[in-house]
Amino acid sequence: MTMVHNKVLAFRGLTKRFGGVVALDHFDMEVDEGQIVGLIGPNGSGKTTSFNVLTGIYAANGGTVELLGQDITNWTAQQVSAAGVARTFQRSRLCVELSIFDNIMIGKHQHLNHGLFFNIFQRKAFQHEVEKNFEEARELMAIFDPPLADRMLEAVEKFDMIDRRRIEICRALINHPRLLLLDEPSAGMTEDETRQLMDDILVARERIEGLSIILVEHEMGMIERVTDRCVVLNFGQKICEGPYRDVASDKLVQQAYLGVE
Amino acid sequence: MTDKTKDVLIGLAALALGTVFLITFIAIESQVEILGLIVLTTIMVVVSARVGISQRISGAFTRNEVTMNTAVLFAFIVIAFWFREDHFPLLMIATVMLYLTACLGLNVQFGYTGVVNFSGAAFFGVGCYTAAVLNQHTEIPHLFVVLLGGTIAALVGAILIFPVLRTRGHYAAVVTIAFGVLFKTFLEVNDTLGGPQGLNVPGMEIMGWNLNSNIEIGESIELSFYLNYVAIALILSSLAFTLTRRIERSWIGLNLDAVRLDESAAACFGINIKRWKITAFILGNFLIGVAGAVFAMMLGYIAPTNFAFDASLMLVSIVLLGGIGSPWGTVVAATIVILLPEKLQAIQEYRFLLFAAVVILILLFKPQGILPRGLRAYIPGWRT
Repeated sequence: MTMVHNKVLAFRGLTKRFGGVVALDHFDMEVDEGQIVGLIGPNGSGKTTSFNVLTGIYAANGGTVELLGQDITNWTAQQVSAAGVARTFQRSRLCVELSIFDNIMIGKHQHLNHGLFFNIFQRKAFQHEVEKNFEEARELMAIFDPPLADRMLEAVEKFDMIDRRRIEICRALINHPRLLLLDEPSAGMTEDETRQLMDDILVARERIEGLSIILVEHEMGMIERVTDRCVVLNFGQKICEGPYRDVASDKLVQQAYLGVE
Repeated sequence: MTDKTKDVLIGLAALALGTVFLITFIAIESQVEILGLIVLTTIMVVVSARVGISQRISGAFTRNEVTMNTAVLFAFIVIAFWFREDHFPLLMIATVMLYLTACLGLNVQFGYTGVVNFSGAAFFGVGCYTAAVLNQHTEIPHLFVVLLGGTIAALVGAILIFPVLRTRGHYAAVVTIAFGVLFKTFLEVNDTLGGPQGLNVPGMEIMGWNLNSNIEIGESIELSFYLNYVAIALILSSLAFTLTRRIERSWIGLNLDAVRLDESAAACFGINIKRWKITAFILGNFLIGVAGAVFAMMLGYIAPTNFAFDASLMLVSIVLLGGIGSPWGTVVAATIVILLPEKLQAIQEYRFLLFAAVVILILLFKPQGILPRGLRAYIPGWRT
C-alpha cells in the first residue's frame, strides 16, 4: 500500500546571493499536506532567507518555488499571501499601537472590501462586515487563549510575549492559509512559555485541517516534540533531512552545530 | 438623573466653558488681559489633568459622540454669531476652520499613513492660485472652482508622489521640502501668475449670492460679510472631519496604519503599500487644495510669500501639537496656532520661530500631542 501525499511546497535548486555571500545554495525541500517540518541550522545558515524568498520579500537568483503545484518563484508578497502562505516574524512584528482585532484583521486583508465607496459611504453594510469579522476573529483567538478573546479591542502593547505570539499566530491563521511559516516563535520566551507555545502549534494543526507548518527554531526540545521531519541547513546548503532522531545523531549536523572538525 | 444624562451634561458643561473662553479670548484686546487669560487657562488645564477631570470630560465626549459632535458644531456657530458684526474676529475664525481642513488632509498623509509632507503650503497655494486664475478668467461657478482647487492640488500631488514613493524617511521629507521651495520660486518668476506681487482673487459668489457683501437685515442690522465665509468654512471643515473620521474607522484606515507601522509585514499580508500611500497623498492634497481655494477667495489677494516653507511648517506643527492622527487634537491645535500669534502681538513677529520650537518641544516631551489619538472604534461607542 502506498501513501499519497499532497505536496504543498517544493523548493528546487533555490539560490539566493547577497553580493559574494551565498545565503541559499541550490536548496531543495518539500513539505506535504498536514506536515510540520522543522528547518534548523546554525545562525546565518539561510533559514530566514528561505522564508523571505518564499514570501516575496527577496527575489531568488536561481531555482524555483512551487506552491500546490504552481510555480510561484519571485511572486510579490501580496501574490504569495493570496496564494495561501502566512508567516510570523522572528521579532514579533505586530502593530503594537493597534488593537488585537486590528492586528488580526491585517491578516484578513485579502478578504475584506477595500472600496472607497463601501468604506466611506455604505456605513451600515461596513458595520455589518465589522461585526461578522469580529466574531470570527474572537472565535479564533478563543481557541488559543480565551481571556484574550475578551480583550480584543485593547492595544497589543499591553500584552506580554506569549500573548503577542498567539495574536501573531491568529493573524497568520485568520486567512485560512495552506502553509504557515513560523520564524523562531520561541525567541525571547521562558521555558514555560515555550511549552505553552508548543501546545498552541499542535492545537493549530489539530483544528485546521490540512494546514502545513514550517518551523524555524533553535529550541531543539520544541523541534523534537512538534515536527514530523527536519531539514538541516548549513551555509545555505541542505546537509541532512529526516525525522529529528536521525538528524540529531547525524555526524555532519553535529559538526555544523558544534563546530567539531 | 441617569449616568448617561450626567455624562452628557459634564461634556456640555466643559464645552460651554470652552466656548466662553474662546469668545473672551477673541474679544479682549489688552495684552495684559490676554496674557492673564492664557496663564489662567494653562493652570486650569494642568490641574484638571492632574485630578482626573480631563479624563472624565474626554470620556464623556467619546461615549456620547453624536451628541457631543453636534454640540461642538453648535458652539462654533454661537462663537461666530457672537462676533457677527466684527470683520477681524470672523476672519480669524474662518481661517482656523480652513487651516483645520488642510491639516485634516495632512493628517491622512502624515498621521495615518506616515507619508511626510513638508510642502503643505505649496498644495494650499495650488488651491489658491487655481481659484485666482479661474475666478478672474472664467465663468466657472465658484463652488466648482473650489472643487477644482482640490482636484488640481491632488493632480500635482500625484506627480510628486513618485519621487516620494522611491525614497523613505528623511529623504522623502527632503523631496517634499524641495518641492515647496520649487513651487514658491516658480510663482515668483512666473509673470502670468503675477510674479512676486501675486494676484487679486474675486470673492466667492454662489448662485447670485455674493459672499463679499455685508448681510443687511432690515434697516439697522448689518452683519460682516466674513460671516458668509465662516459658514462656508464651517461646512467644509465639518465635511473634512466626517470624511477623515470615516476613513480612519474603516478597513482603509487600518491599511493606512499598517503601512505606517510596518511596511514589509503589511506587504506580507497582501497590503499594497503603493496603492495606499498614493490614495492617502491624493486625498490629503485634495482637502488642502480645497481649503486653499476658499481661503484665497476670502482674502481677495494672494502672493508667493504666503506659501513658503514656514507656512508648511505651521501646518505640520498643528498636526504634531494636536496629536498625530487625532482629529479632535487637530481642531484644538489649529485654534491655538492660528489665534495665539494674532492675539499676542508680542510674539507675532517671532511666530515661525515659535512654531519651530513647538515642533521640537512636542517631539521631545509629548510626542503623542495634546489630545493623543485613541484606538480605532469602527463604530461610534462600539463595545465600550
